[in-house]
Parts: sequence; structure tokens; C-alpha cells
Amino acid sequence: MYDIESLYEATSVEDACRALAEDPQSMVIAGGTDVLVKCREGKFAGAHLVSIHGLNDELDGVSLAADGTVEIGPITWFNHVTTSPVAQSTVQTLCDACDTPGGPQLRVSGTVGGNICNAATSADTASTLYAYGALLDVRSVRGMRTIPIEEWYTGPGRSVRERDEVLVKIRIPRDHYEGWTGHYFKYGKRRALEIATMGCCCLVKLSDDKKCIDDIRLAFGVAAPTPIRARNAEDAVRGLAVEEAVEKIGKLAQQDTNPRDSWRASKEFRLQLIKEMSKRSLTYAARKGGADI
Amino acid sequence: MDMRILSCTLNGKPVQVGYDPRESLLDTLRDRLHMTSVKRGCEVGECGACTVLIDGVATDSCLYLTDWAQGKEILTVEGLQAADGTLDPMQQAFVDEFAVQCGFCIPGIIMSAVEMERSGKTYTRDEIRKQLSGHLCRCTGYQNIVDAVEKAVNVLDGKVGQGVEEK
Repeated sequence: MYDIESLYEATSVEDACRALAEDPQSMVIAGGTDVLVKCREGKFAGAHLVSIHGLNDELDGVSLAADGTVEIGPITWFNHVTTSPVAQSTVQTLCDACDTPGGPQLRVSGTVGGNICNAATSADTASTLYAYGALLDVRSVRGMRTIPIEEWYTGPGRSVRERDEVLVKIRIPRDHYEGWTGHYFKYGKRRALEIATMGCCCLVKLSDDKKCIDDIRLAFGVAAPTPIRARNAEDAVRGLAVEEAVEKIGKLAQQDTNPRDSWRASKEFRLQLIKEMSKRSLTYAARKGGADI
Repeated sequence: MDMRILSCTLNGKPVQVGYDPRESLLDTLRDRLHMTSVKRGCEVGECGACTVLIDGVATDSCLYLTDWAQGKEILTVEGLQAADGTLDPMQQAFVDEFAVQCGFCIPGIIMSAVEMERSGKTYTRDEIRKQLSGHLCRCTGYQNIVDAVEKAVNVLDGKVGQGVEEK
């Protein structure tokens, strides 16, 4: 039995927004794999829950818009992102990232939108959606607004999303994925049921002869209080030959990040991970793009 | 909170039961419907002992509110045996391969294994390990469990070990 005070099953997004506006103590629950765990540990004790669990018609599934934008419903299970043919043919690295949280049973309850709204820096999809430059549509009784993921996070577990706003769509525009290949690298002490000690996503766009880095996006989870891009490192290797970029990226990424000491890992260890993981992620991403490395 | 009524299908039979909206499906299955094969382990989605099939999908019932189970088809280990008491091939394989020690984690693992068994797909040993990676077992070291799952899928389609892609 959970310590919750009320549970309302919303019948539509509009109904959910209304319910959230009416009760100033209420919060959204979707898959439940974060909210219920926090109820269990007492952090959300006495919660007033507005459930969007059943709004599959409005909020579930991955589709391709006419202009090539990948549109992901926020209550899409991790597993359904991984197995979606649309996602696989467009944002393959996100499919890979969605195959890493928890275990198989968790990935058919946990949702990709919940992973973003929970706003943990360690969220497995965070660094990848950050690298893809996802656009997040949120709705409330005050209307709809779009927040680029770069402006989403304000601190550990905090975002600009207001309590009564519902994430209704995750969008990845065509030019954010077309021509890019990538790799998501999760480091944890176990290969399953583990929260990332470090997460790194590298997306790369190679020159026509596959020898140079035309463009790169390198994003990290757990390297700072929020997911971040290593922008100076990106700038420094843009235009370089692939081998030279691989050689340099590790040290550059270290200078861009600010990991912390925690019981999970020391700062020094995390810095070592940042160096090695950015190097390997770039290598694998370039290899998928056709580079001979 | 006021009680609500759950109408769903449990192990092939329609059931109706009153529940408190604060309950997880684990609570309702164990305490109201007496499906005691569904084990209460960590209750935070880490151990897999409470795994049941919801509309055919292996799910942690501890992180699933009973409220969400309206109209769903739920399958637990109690629903696996044939009417004459014959074990499901998966259960029989767990017996044959000595895959059970203390047994606490086994009903959950069986349900994940049954999901594989009934998918009609084939699985390599690595794929079986991945599909079972949401379960913790502190006795067996997993080896005999993977053997049992491999054997049961083998009994059914004779193709295990070849992998889905290499068919």
C-alpha cells in the first residue's frame, strides 16, 4: 500500500491539466517507476496523484511528422522506443539509450517522458536527448509552450516545467538526426538494474570521404548537476581528422565538465570515465558513420 | 480513499474485487486474490520477484497501481498448470534442470521466461540472460536457470541457441 492521499485517472490531457490546476498539491504520475519509488521512500508521502497512465491515444507512440520531425509521445515505454521502427530508422542512438535503464520489466513501465520530467542528470535518455537537441512541448491550463532541452534543466531533479504542466510531446527535428550517427555509453558497476555512474552520448556527422569530423555533439549525464554538452571540446575537434579528434577529445571533455564526489564514484574516477568514454563514444559513433577507425 | 472495484481477467477467469486505490497490483494479487506465487521483494522494481504478465508483458507488479489494471489480462504462476495438473513446459524444465534452490525469486523468473516461451521467437543464451536481467537470485548463480529456460524454449520450437537474426 502506497502512502498517497488521492489518485485521479485523467480521461484526456485537457482533463489532466484541469485536475492539476485545481489541486495545488497534485502531481503527474505516468509509468510510476520514479513517483511510486519516491512515495515508498517517503519523499512523496501523502501525494496527490493525477495519472496520465491510460492516455495512450494522446501520449503514446513514436511517429514521423510530414516535415521529418520525430515525434515521441511522453508515455511511450522505454522498450517501445527501442523497438519502434520509426525511431530505429531515425534516432537509433536514442533506441540504444532506452534499452539501458533498469531491467526488462522496468522498461515496460518506465516512460521516456518520465525520464525527462524526473530531471535526474543520471537519466539514461537525458544525455542522448540532449545531444539530439530535443524540443519539449508542455501543456497546462495556461496553454502550450515549447522548451528546448538545453533550457529544461535547472538543477539535480529540477526543471523549468511547472508542477501543473504536462509534457505532451518530445520532438526531434529532421536536421538534428539526418546524417548523424551516434553512440550512447553507459558506465555502471552492473550491466542491468543500475543507475549510471556516467553516461555519455556522442553524435557525429562525417565529411563525404568519411575522414573528417564535419560536426559533433558530445553530451554527458552525471558529469555535472544537470546533463551538459561539452561545447568547447566539440568546437576544438570540429573539422579535424577522425583519428586526431579521437586522440584529443578525452582531455578536452574533462575541461568542460564538473563531476562530483558521491558514494557511487569519486570525482577523480568520474573524470577518468569522461576521458575514456568520450574517446570510445566518438570512435564507435564515427565507425557507425563509415569511418575506418 | 473510497474503495473501488477492479474488473479484470486473472489466469483466464474474469474476476471482480474491491481494492483501495493506494494498493499496488502486488498488494491486490497477494492480499485480496491470494495469488501468493507473486512475491513481495524489494518493492521498488529492482528484484523482479513480483513479476506477472499484464496483457502478455512481464511487468513488476510492485510499481503498478491496481487502478491501472482495469480490463487487463493478468497471468501469474497459478495460471500456468493445465487443468489436469500437468506443469507448463517451463515449470517442468525448472524442475528437470534443478533451477530452484530457496525458490523465492523463481515465480517471477518463470513469468519472464514464459513471456519468452510464448513470444514464438528464439533466443540465444545471451538474449535469455538479458531478458532475465531484471531478476535477482541469491542462491543459484543463474546457470541452471538459464539452462532451464533454454531447454523449455528448445522443447517448444527446437531452435534455441541460433539467435533471432541468424535464423
